[in-house]
Amino acid sequence: MALMSYAQAACLALAEVMRTDGRVVALGEDVGHGGIFGQYRGLRQEFGAARVIDTPISEATIMGAAVGMALTGLRPVVEMRVVDFALCAIDEIVNQAAKNRYMFGGQGRVPLVARLPIGIWSGSAAQHSQSLEAWFAHIPGLVVVAPATAADNYGLLAAAIRCGDPVIFMEHKELWGLQDEVLPQRTAALGKARIARAGSDLTLVTWSSMVHTALSTAGQAMQQGVSVEVIDLRTIWPWDRELVLASAARTGRLLVAHEAVQAAGFGAEVAATVAEELGVPVRRLGAARIPVGYARTLENAARISPQDLLREMTVFVNRGGGRRSMA
Amino acid sequence: MPANIPAANASAGDHLLCLYLTMARIRAFENAAEEASRGSVAAFGATTDAAALVRGPLHLSTGQEAVAAGVCANLARGDYLTSTHRGHGHTLAKGADTTAMMCELFGRSSGTNKGKGGSMHIADFAVGMLGANGVVAAGIPIAVGAAHSAKIRGSDAIVACFFGDGAINRGPFLEGLNWAKIFELPLLFVCEDNRYSATTATDAMTAGDGAAERARGIGLAARSVDGNDVLAVDAAARELTMRIRSGAGPQFLHALTYRVKGHVSVDAAAYRDRGEVETALESDPLKLARERLRALGVAAARIAQVDAQAQAEIEAALAAAGAAPPPEPVEAYTDVQDTGAGQWR
Repeated sequence: MALMSYAQAACLALAEVMRTDGRVVALGEDVGHGGIFGQYRGLRQEFGAARVIDTPISEATIMGAAVGMALTGLRPVVEMRVVDFALCAIDEIVNQAAKNRYMFGGQGRVPLVARLPIGIWSGSAAQHSQSLEAWFAHIPGLVVVAPATAADNYGLLAAAIRCGDPVIFMEHKELWGLQDEVLPQRTAALGKARIARAGSDLTLVTWSSMVHTALSTAGQAMQQGVSVEVIDLRTIWPWDRELVLASAARTGRLLVAHEAVQAAGFGAEVAATVAEELGVPVRRLGAARIPVGYARTLENAARISPQDLLREMTVFVNRGGGRRSMA
Repeated sequence: MPANIPAANASAGDHLLCLYLTMARIRAFENAAEEASRGSVAAFGATTDAAALVRGPLHLSTGQEAVAAGVCANLARGDYLTSTHRGHGHTLAKGADTTAMMCELFGRSSGTNKGKGGSMHIADFAVGMLGANGVVAAGIPIAVGAAHSAKIRGSDAIVACFFGDGAINRGPFLEGLNWAKIFELPLLFVCEDNRYSATTATDAMTAGDGAAERARGIGLAARSVDGNDVLAVDAAARELTMRIRSGAGPQFLHALTYRVKGHVSVDAAAYRDRGEVETALESDPLKLARERLRALGVAAARIAQVDAQAQAEIEAALAAAGAAPPPEPVEAYTDVQDTGAGQWR
């Protein structure tokens, strides 16, 4: 076990897979220089320019070329730097990578990983701060992953590269320096959530950076007598319905919180499913449907604060919605 | 039916006859598909007919056959090809089976794509044909990736990337040419210029001197050729593919041709001057090739025999497609993705 950062963990996972599988290549802007967050540091030196490929600022062709590479025997890892830039490659992701296997009748597979970091990147304003996981969860053919910890960035990235489907891998722009314990060689399973904190009054489903807000806030809620079970969803699609439904059935309440805009966010999907399946009260907490502004005051208005989350949890439980557990 | 690649030692007449057969097969295939597509889609004032055997938009390359035949005669089975929404000719010339292709157009489980793609997404990976594409210029980045992959893997394969004149106004054209050049990829860009972007004359929408000049601006050597002259296309493609195989990097071929039919089969193309079409028909590639064959001393009866061979092949394909079953509805859930398969909602 080793303490390492979210960026170092991803770098280690990629390096380990590249050592054992010659088909794996990385491509994108600045990856040869280690990537702007250091998530490719040292890889060019170890694997050479042919496998750690610096590309022009050509997002459509970075993604499209990765599709062509995947169809012809390689396993590309694509760097888009921020999800916002991947919008220049949306045809290549949605119409090409996601549809290829199906529309050609299974003749080809597209085993690629597209790294599309999400989240508010402090001070970076409207075009570098979006959380668009729901867009990609909506597209048949794609797997969508959003790791919250260094351990998961290691384990889930390794699993994503080994996966035969196109994976949208959404790291968080403000977690690169986050440090936690990483277990080398431990691959995480795609589609499996984890209970990050056990509780009995309320199930809180969240992912990515919001997991950390949820954990600290759940501690405060406990001081007010509210026991919150925090589930880190980890994979947005296919999401772990079994774990979420079992937890919500136990606690009798479900809250979904995410950094993305609340309206038509993925939380709506989770909440609706739990309401349909269990009939328990559900709530959502996501960002207002406003762009992320530059000034700190404006940026904060687009964030979910720990206070917002604490209020939502305690009001939900204390107002009598759902059943109060006996615990 | 394998791809029609002329033997290296063939006489001039046999060489051209081989190319002519490919063109005749494409023409017969598309004529049959056009007939089966009456009422295929509600557009251009046409209404749909539930009895249409070929459904949805059908883009015909009638009049453009020489480009597919001439280029693909210089590709090996292991070479790759990406195509456009107008891709029957490229697919057939690359060596795909016409029965499997017709089955695909008819939406049969025995189609090249198991009935999941239809005309617009026709593909045969077994012969390196990596797909027609419903999005203009979208094949360019995929071709770039296939060529980059061949280079990384140390493969001998080269890639032919077909696109139309409309595609040169999309960003992936610039991106893809630039990328291919900086990495010196084994890639032949083929601009099949049929002069129309859907219902609009491409000239009216394109600044500067067109495809070849744009390619030169990015540092690619570019050749322009009469795209209706199959021997000219074949000769140019031979030279360019040989250069690519010798490691000279990406090459660009601009083949000027003419879209004889409308944008889709139900489009009567009333927006065009009738005289323009009549003039174009005078240089129909099959007509030109027949004249050339006669001049080379090939008997009319031999040419008629090739026409009949092509026609018979397509009639057999039509019969097989008509008799084949459609995919079972459950097939809608296969080949989507493995991770999370079964979680459809």
